[in-house]
Amino acid sequence: MTETADPIYKTDALIAEDIDAYLEAHQHKSLLRFITCGSVDDGKSTLIGRLLYDSKMIFEDQLAALEADSKRVGTQGQEIDFALLVDGLAAEREQGITIDVAYRFFTTEKRKFIVADTPGHEQYTRNMVTGASTADLAVILIDARKGVLTQTRRHSYLAHLIGIRNIVLAVNKMDLVDYSQQVFDDIVADYTAFAQSIGIESFVPMPISGFKGDNITANSANTPWYTGKPLIEHLETVEVDVTADQAKPFRMAVQWVNRPNLDFRGFSGQVATGTVKPGDAVRVLPSGKTSTVSRIVTLDGDLEQAVAGQSVTLCFADEIDCSRGDVIAIADTPPEAANQFESTLVWMSDEPLHVGRAYWMKLGTQMVSVTVQAPKYVVNVNTMEHLAAKTLELNAIGVVELATDKPVVFEAYTQNRTLGGFILVDKINNNTVAAGMLHFSLRRAQNVHWQALDISRDAHANLKNQKPAVLWFTGLSGSGKSTIANLVEKKLHRMNRHTFLLDGDNVRHGLNKDLGFTEADRIENIRRVGEVAKLMADAGLIVITAFISPFRAEREMVRAMIPDGEFFEIFIDTPLAEAEKRDVKGLYKKARAGDLKNFTGIDSPYEAPDSPEVRIDTTKMDAEAAADAIIERLLGWH
Amino acid sequence: MTDKKTLTHLERLEAESIHIMREVVAEAEKPVMLYSVGKDSAVMLHLARKAFYPSPPPFPLLHVDTTWKFRAMYELRDKMARESGMELLVYQNPEAKERGINPFDHGPLHTDMWKTEGLKQALDLYGFDVAFGGARRDEEKSRAKERIFSFRTSTHGWDPKNQRPELWNLYNARKKKGESIRVFPISNWTELDIWQYIHLNDIPIVPLYFSDKRPTVERDGLLLMVDDERFPLKDGEEPVMRSIRFRTLGCYPLTGAVESEAKTLPEVIQEMLLTTTSERQGRVIDKDGGDASMEKKKQEGYF
Repeated sequence: MTETADPIYKTDALIAEDIDAYLEAHQHKSLLRFITCGSVDDGKSTLIGRLLYDSKMIFEDQLAALEADSKRVGTQGQEIDFALLVDGLAAEREQGITIDVAYRFFTTEKRKFIVADTPGHEQYTRNMVTGASTADLAVILIDARKGVLTQTRRHSYLAHLIGIRNIVLAVNKMDLVDYSQQVFDDIVADYTAFAQSIGIESFVPMPISGFKGDNITANSANTPWYTGKPLIEHLETVEVDVTADQAKPFRMAVQWVNRPNLDFRGFSGQVATGTVKPGDAVRVLPSGKTSTVSRIVTLDGDLEQAVAGQSVTLCFADEIDCSRGDVIAIADTPPEAANQFESTLVWMSDEPLHVGRAYWMKLGTQMVSVTVQAPKYVVNVNTMEHLAAKTLELNAIGVVELATDKPVVFEAYTQNRTLGGFILVDKINNNTVAAGMLHFSLRRAQNVHWQALDISRDAHANLKNQKPAVLWFTGLSGSGKSTIANLVEKKLHRMNRHTFLLDGDNVRHGLNKDLGFTEADRIENIRRVGEVAKLMADAGLIVITAFISPFRAEREMVRAMIPDGEFFEIFIDTPLAEAEKRDVKGLYKKARAGDLKNFTGIDSPYEAPDSPEVRIDTTKMDAEAAADAIIERLLGWH
Repeated sequence: MTDKKTLTHLERLEAESIHIMREVVAEAEKPVMLYSVGKDSAVMLHLARKAFYPSPPPFPLLHVDTTWKFRAMYELRDKMARESGMELLVYQNPEAKERGINPFDHGPLHTDMWKTEGLKQALDLYGFDVAFGGARRDEEKSRAKERIFSFRTSTHGWDPKNQRPELWNLYNARKKKGESIRVFPISNWTELDIWQYIHLNDIPIVPLYFSDKRPTVERDGLLLMVDDERFPLKDGEEPVMRSIRFRTLGCYPLTGAVESEAKTLPEVIQEMLLTTTSERQGRVIDKDGGDASMEKKKQEGYF
């Protein structure tokens, strides 16, 4: 057995003798989230296992199993191998399950802790950034025998990049260097030089042994020269971010408008920074309207004050517009809004960044469309060198400029994680592809009071006495899309509806004549058609499009651009055999002969819609009847 | 600057859970809360009431019922639905009902048909796109890495290789038509947090969590409670009154009790904390039914 002379969890007696006193003490504990950085070789698992063990998160039977396992497969001879406690993920890794971050929980007398553990090397950047994003503190482990290594620099850079203020440099395995102060001091000197070079202002170095327990729960007799706190005491006393954030100006992103009846209108969100009290003058961004907080409403009664980290519902003294995505801020020092930024991006997807493609950007509760320029440079996380790059691959860290389609209320990430940190979402497959940290805006929006267009979308439509819509025809070549689409337009025109038909002819020859037929170009073709259709719908038109649009993802991409209820996917369902038999343009013959490549239905797939708004079976219905059915569906909704 | 207020761990966990629930309501089309009537469900429901107060939580409760829950669970379920002002949907797999599937005669098929199939059928029937579940990361080693937003294909499949990274408190809730998300708002709570929160907020829980004299029989090392006349007694088996309570609650014929004198919440917590074996993790019910069984939750699609 290793030494357990200083249990950090001395409350056993209190639990047995006075449970109420124990609960009273426990309920006032605060919470610290931290991340441990280091590979298995640095003793990371051993350290986490040690913390769980010392805080009695391990039960007798588990301990017995651990002792048996340690003797059987452990790497520490006859002694307990704490690493085995946290290695439950190995089996899953073998099964091919992606493990990015595992969270573990323990409690001491003063605090509750959530540890983010990021195993593995391959996905290290993505995993560590994910785990670090919610951490107040990072423990950077160094093997005392090896000193500051490339990976030490990488871990430190990432911790600093994600904005962790509290860094502990844990020089581990001191037992293997005879607890030498010289070794420790040399490593600290090395690290200090490096830390300063990347902008880390301060860190707390500690000589420890996770395996032997030195300077974990109490100062070790083996290192009399070390006068700092043991690790646990430091973790128990360091100031957590939500507390520090109270000193910043008040900001809260609105998540949801609470409106149970006409007499109550509250704005729900989690306070990002600062504090708020009834009577405080606040400003709603980006509109810039001001009011006064009248109440802070909770189920347990109104609050006299809310602070950073709390989820609350605010009521205003005046009826002003405020909805999801808006930011409520203290009136005299509000954040800005802008639409062009410089930012760091950490790329997290197997599919590289497509420069110029639109992604969704989620920042706080704002969701906007964003395009990313080619990186200014990428950072080599091992050497901190800046390298030129055309795109960002998985695990790349780059500095980019990006432009949003409307102003975003923001602050620099270093000032405010909530208003400066964001994710990018692929519009086609909806995956989270990147994490970003805003540096600054490139061109300040001239006026934070964003001007609404005087002529609204509704005004355009009302003048035409119709509701806008996009009728999106899809189907094989020769299925009858254009024929039916033309008929639909003629009939709507006769009914005094304002329409416009977009098809290959009027788009490929003009707007999209720069596009070929590669996959990227075909996606861009549909994206542009979608954007044009959206603008025309904004202008109040009923837009009809007739493109094969064979891929579900592209059609879904367009659906997402158009307001709910205005997108009608119309599946012209003609079986391949039938379309090929008709072969109006002779294209199938060419494709079969191999003269036409990537022809949908022949050597390129057609993904039929799962649940189109309208499905037309052309083997059972002629074009006239089909057009009537489509108009009926459209106007039935009118 | 006035003195800073330090939020307690429970205040921070509460704020995080509320934030998650509001994100779902703002972004989902048709959310639902899976309600199993256990202690975790009780906390989740209470948090939902806090998140949307003074509105009632803007989604229904869904109880995927097996018809074999403890009677006391049905009583509390109906009471809580009334008090919260939420719609309660109870779904019982019609095929399981018709075939009379029960835990005594059908073993694992009972869980499979009533719960796994029942849940999928219910979600499809009502077209829910996001379902809140009460799973926690501390329940088992393998759950420690689970996401808060867990994505499912249109056939409720879980593709472990295709889950999204979660950074800060930003959750990506975008999905295609037909896909759905399971959301676990109390992921970061531990068992002790749950109990303490119930204690501090006076949250009603099923009385079976507290010790009382109850009719029991001992079978295969399990103490089972004879909750109603459907319990088939074997020859010579006679229910014995014992002071028992339950650590987790599921179908009564599958849920083992422990002998205990803990009649109050502090006593229950005390017992839990002083237990020196990991049996408290629910070894008994891990074998089959019960709310803590990870395997079952995986099957149910909680994972």
